[in-house]
Amino acid sequence: MDLLTWGRNPWDQPILTHISWDLLWASLFAGLAFLAAHASYMLFSAHRKRRAEETDALEAARGDLPARIQRHSMPARLFHWVMAAAMFALLVTAFLPIAGIRFPWVVWHWTAGLVLTASILFHVVHTVVWLDFWSIWVGPRDLPELKAEALREFGHDVSGPRPGKYPLGNRLYHLAIVVTALTVVASGLFMMVRVRTPFFTRNPYLLGDSMWGLTYVAHGLAGVSLVGLVIAHVYFASRPEKWWITKSMVVGWITRRQYLEHHDPDRWAIDELPTPNPATSNSATSNS
Amino acid sequence: MAVIRDVMPAFELFQPASIADAQAVLARYGADAWVLAGGLDSLDWLKDRIKRPQAVVDLGGIVELKGIRPWENGLEIGAMTTLTEVVTHPVIRDRYAILLDAAEAAASPQIRNQGTIGGNASQDTRCWYYRAGWPCYRAGGNICYADTPEAINREHAILDADRCVAVNPSDTAPALIALDARMVVRGASGRERVLAAEEYFVGPAVDITRMTVLQPGDLLTAIRLPGDWAASAGGSGGAEVQFYFEKTRDRQVWDFALVSVASAMVLRGSAIERARIAVNGVAARPLRLAAVEELVRGRPRNEATAVMAANRAIEGAQPLRFNAYKVPLMRNLVKRAIRGTQAWTS
Repeated sequence: MDLLTWGRNPWDQPILTHISWDLLWASLFAGLAFLAAHASYMLFSAHRKRRAEETDALEAARGDLPARIQRHSMPARLFHWVMAAAMFALLVTAFLPIAGIRFPWVVWHWTAGLVLTASILFHVVHTVVWLDFWSIWVGPRDLPELKAEALREFGHDVSGPRPGKYPLGNRLYHLAIVVTALTVVASGLFMMVRVRTPFFTRNPYLLGDSMWGLTYVAHGLAGVSLVGLVIAHVYFASRPEKWWITKSMVVGWITRRQYLEHHDPDRWAIDELPTPNPATSNSATSNS
Repeated sequence: MAVIRDVMPAFELFQPASIADAQAVLARYGADAWVLAGGLDSLDWLKDRIKRPQAVVDLGGIVELKGIRPWENGLEIGAMTTLTEVVTHPVIRDRYAILLDAAEAAASPQIRNQGTIGGNASQDTRCWYYRAGWPCYRAGGNICYADTPEAINREHAILDADRCVAVNPSDTAPALIALDARMVVRGASGRERVLAAEEYFVGPAVDITRMTVLQPGDLLTAIRLPGDWAASAGGSGGAEVQFYFEKTRDRQVWDFALVSVASAMVLRGSAIERARIAVNGVAARPLRLAAVEELVRGRPRNEATAVMAANRAIEGAQPLRFNAYKVPLMRNLVKRAIRGTQAWTS
């Protein structure tokens, strides 16, 4: 299987044109294989969650917490769903024609790309100004959590740190999406200069042949990677034990018990606790 | 690349005697098979080594693909029927003269003796950047060399360009659309589907590497001309069908169209009852001018209607550096098609 396709330009020089579309099927296969492997593993998983009695004790001790704890603000949820719609539109318009379902896809594709770009810009500003920007990133500080979660995965009941607001898997996935989405957006914006749009004056010579080739290859690689990543994302969002996270992306909040069961209150502190008043105890509380 | 124009490269040649046999070979070789009709376009591709099929399937021996026969209230033309046979057929002369005009405008008498109507309708674009073998969009690459600042694009598209600005070179295609012809396609599985002519041709927005819906393994087996737009289809009450075909080209024989127009119009008195109009040479597929047809329906056939229709036809035209002349050319051809021969020759 060839990974890249090449042509010869008018000066008879070899130039990259794009990736081999076999990689689409490879990514699709990889995504589905991961899905099958993980689902099989989960049938026999010995993953250790916080024990019910431990959660009960925590819940009794933290009666100061509201019954509903806000996990995703309305702007964050809007971004997520707009980005998801744009991503699906991009994948459908990019890959259905390759799969043999033909329709005029180019305008829909770059329109969805612009929506994705705008939503990412919004997301960056929103997280920098209004959210805890660093809570989603991965770094050396996460090694204890990685070790503890790995041991729990093998059935050990360890006292190591539990996830803060975002589990490690969430953050690693976010990192992968950041790399692929930024690659696909940056390369896609350059590629828009090569087609007719109302936004740019066409300039096929903005880059040299080699750079155009690399741009198309980067766009293609990021695109096919997103196929596998989106499969994984949809799969995890659909798993019953993750529904509470998926639901929080719709309604915005999780219950106090879910918060205490799955998160480390020291790593995800609820900043603004309400005044202890039974009449307000069911209202959602903002958080960092 | 080494181009040795006079020497044919090696390939397996198959000369099946039936459609089923041809499709068995096509199924075996998939995208590595090449369908040979009259061979007039194919031999350039093969000798220039731009297309390098493993197998060439010559349809010349398949009798069922040849000939012109009655079909319902119209005609069925086998895809391997030569253009000369089309031009000399008495029923086509009497009832579908627009197709005769279009076929007769193709190339030269020698080429029409060899070239087939299926091949003429399905031929590839003449864009020389594409035919030179460069990795343009149409060849699977990522650039249109004809749509660059210094490109020589006098013959290229002014409408419906989507990355690629190549044009469809077929003379018979606009006439087939004007006649509401049906293209009979036999799929690789043996299933037959019948498409309206305008759906048979595809533009780059839908499939940038093909001119028609034909996929590997597919064969165009016949073209059916319905009676609805035949010369005798006007019906009672004084209605009559009038045709118009005009092809503009740099020289008057053996040349591809710069722009061509074909129209079939049902006239009742001086009013246009209904019309079908198509142009070619302006986009990667022959364009049916549905908006123009709608505009002229019910209007009198006169100069004012012709001007209005012509202006509507060129809406959205985006000329390239060297082909702005095609805009007034197309406008005038549509105007002539609406006015009819009598009007413009007077």
